[in-house]
Amino acid sequence: MEKEKLVDLYRQMVRVRQFETKVSELFAQGKIPGFVHLYIGEEATAVGACANLRPDDYITSTHRGHGHCLAKGGDMKLMMAELFGKKTGYCKGKGGSMHIADMDVGILGANGIVGGGLGIAPGAGLSAKLRGTDQVTACFFGDGASNQTTFHEGINIASIWRLPVIFICENNQYGISLHQSKHQRVADVADRAVAYGIPGVVVDGNDVMAVYEAVGEAVKRARAGEGPTLIEAKTYRWHGHFEGDPTVYRSEKELAEWKERCPILRFGKHLVEMGVATEQELDTIKAEVDNEVEEAVRFAEESPLPVPEEALEDIYA
Amino acid sequence: MRQLSYSEAIREALRLEMRRDSNVFILGEDVGQFGGCFGVTGDLWKEFGEDRVRDTPISETAIIGTAVGAAVTGMRPVAEIMFCDFLTVCMDQLVNQAAKMRYMFGGKAVVPLTVRTPVGGGISAAAQHSQSLEAWFTHVPGLKVVMPSTAADAKGLLTAAIRDDNPVMFFEHKLLYPVKGDVPEGEYVIPLGQADVKREGSDVTVIATSIMVNRALEAAEALAAEGISLEVIDPRTLVPLDEETILASVEKTGRVVIAHEAVTRSGFGAEIAAIIAEKALDYLDAPIKRVGSKPAPIPFSGVLEQFVLPGSQDIIAAVKELV
Repeated sequence: MEKEKLVDLYRQMVRVRQFETKVSELFAQGKIPGFVHLYIGEEATAVGACANLRPDDYITSTHRGHGHCLAKGGDMKLMMAELFGKKTGYCKGKGGSMHIADMDVGILGANGIVGGGLGIAPGAGLSAKLRGTDQVTACFFGDGASNQTTFHEGINIASIWRLPVIFICENNQYGISLHQSKHQRVADVADRAVAYGIPGVVVDGNDVMAVYEAVGEAVKRARAGEGPTLIEAKTYRWHGHFEGDPTVYRSEKELAEWKERCPILRFGKHLVEMGVATEQELDTIKAEVDNEVEEAVRFAEESPLPVPEEALEDIYA
Repeated sequence: MRQLSYSEAIREALRLEMRRDSNVFILGEDVGQFGGCFGVTGDLWKEFGEDRVRDTPISETAIIGTAVGAAVTGMRPVAEIMFCDFLTVCMDQLVNQAAKMRYMFGGKAVVPLTVRTPVGGGISAAAQHSQSLEAWFTHVPGLKVVMPSTAADAKGLLTAAIRDDNPVMFFEHKLLYPVKGDVPEGEYVIPLGQADVKREGSDVTVIATSIMVNRALEAAEALAAEGISLEVIDPRTLVPLDEETILASVEKTGRVVIAHEAVTRSGFGAEIAAIIAEKALDYLDAPIKRVGSKPAPIPFSGVLEQFVLPGSQDIIAAVKELV
């Protein structure tokens, strides 16, 4: 991979990290209402996966969707404004964190229903197939969603019709408070691919290059008409299920161990060791991203609120 | 005019729309070579092939999910759910996804999806294959709800539903499938949101949906012999609802019976009654009467089923309490 692309992977992960860190602060200050589910710790998965996608490819996302949205090319300002409930936000303040979408860059929506996107993604795949394009759809979901109806029905229908869909399970170890070992008998969600006659791949979700390569293979298969792949990225969310979650169900030790495997630190170190970038260059990226995030916050804070009556618009086309 | 059965009329609308717009396709259980559980899609797969008349696994959630995903990415799917009772299996994709996507995304998505599904009892199909669940969907902003009673209406309204840029629930009645009626040839569109006065009258307004329109017309015929004149109104679409036509009739007759096959309790008749009470109370000369199924699951045995389901005699009895 050329230097620019490697450095861009780093930058994209930093963008997700800094955005989420700022959202956490703003939520604690009461500036962001509702629920927010943060992606801190999982950045390598969204960034590695989306680096394989074109602007006209699709993704379906989850309640923990900010990382997917940024990685797929979503506009940080419009995202932040939406989190603030402002008129200038992606959804004019009607969606919030769990419903950010951008049809122009193929983001078919975050989703407040666990497993919701697993139902929709095959449809985007079928649409591409019927229209005769080689667009692919990446469907992100968590380990918790792998026990929903949509997981089985969605992957099954995509497999029988050989739809160009990449199912990416972000196994962050917990379905809300329930550890994976308590919510399913298998240790690897990817094992379930056997049931659909498709490849199942386990990948280190904190290794952006590993994710990039695994998803790249799957995208190649999908574009070639060879059907879907199930990829399981093993990762971990540093924050709770939602901001304010006391996380009584996990230990400090476990969290500390996963922080050791921080996808950004790891990849940064790798870039320096490979001579792709210097520490100084990486620091510059962080500073630039800080500015970008500050600008997004400024945009959100200065934006007007919607007019109440707008609540009755956009219900029907 | 040429006569077609209700199911032939539906098939004609599908055929014409599929010829007109290559983005229109059908998906559902056994809709291809098998021709649909009630034979509605028939031979469409021969003309359009299995890509556009797609047999799906028995996976209602995947049917609607796939249709939603295809709709938001430029296609115009028509999904068939074999019995409306099975909508319970895919409620999330309809209610939380299809209905709300446009709104949640700030008006930037279009979801041109039609869901066809049969309602109704009368064939000893028992409690999980006989319900009329249309009212559930009228409660969800973002969905449109259509319920034709005649072959011509089925053709014209289905054409409008397919062309509509919103998710439309299209409820057919399984006993109406073989019923023939005059159906215009070629392109025929009935805009959603227009009621139809099926019979003009002066004494009592009967607002009826789906097969109860037929029952109301039978009642009107029987009561005409006794000198009682019924006006029969078919809203045809429940969302959007043509309140104007309903209220104008109430103003004329001052007496109202509302009839649908769904269970009376919390049925769509309750909504119509409330609208009349709010907007036309002064015109009423008698209480509003509702006719619907008794509050029981639809039973299997014919004698039990006929006891639970409403018929023309129930409309006649309701009318007689008013005049």
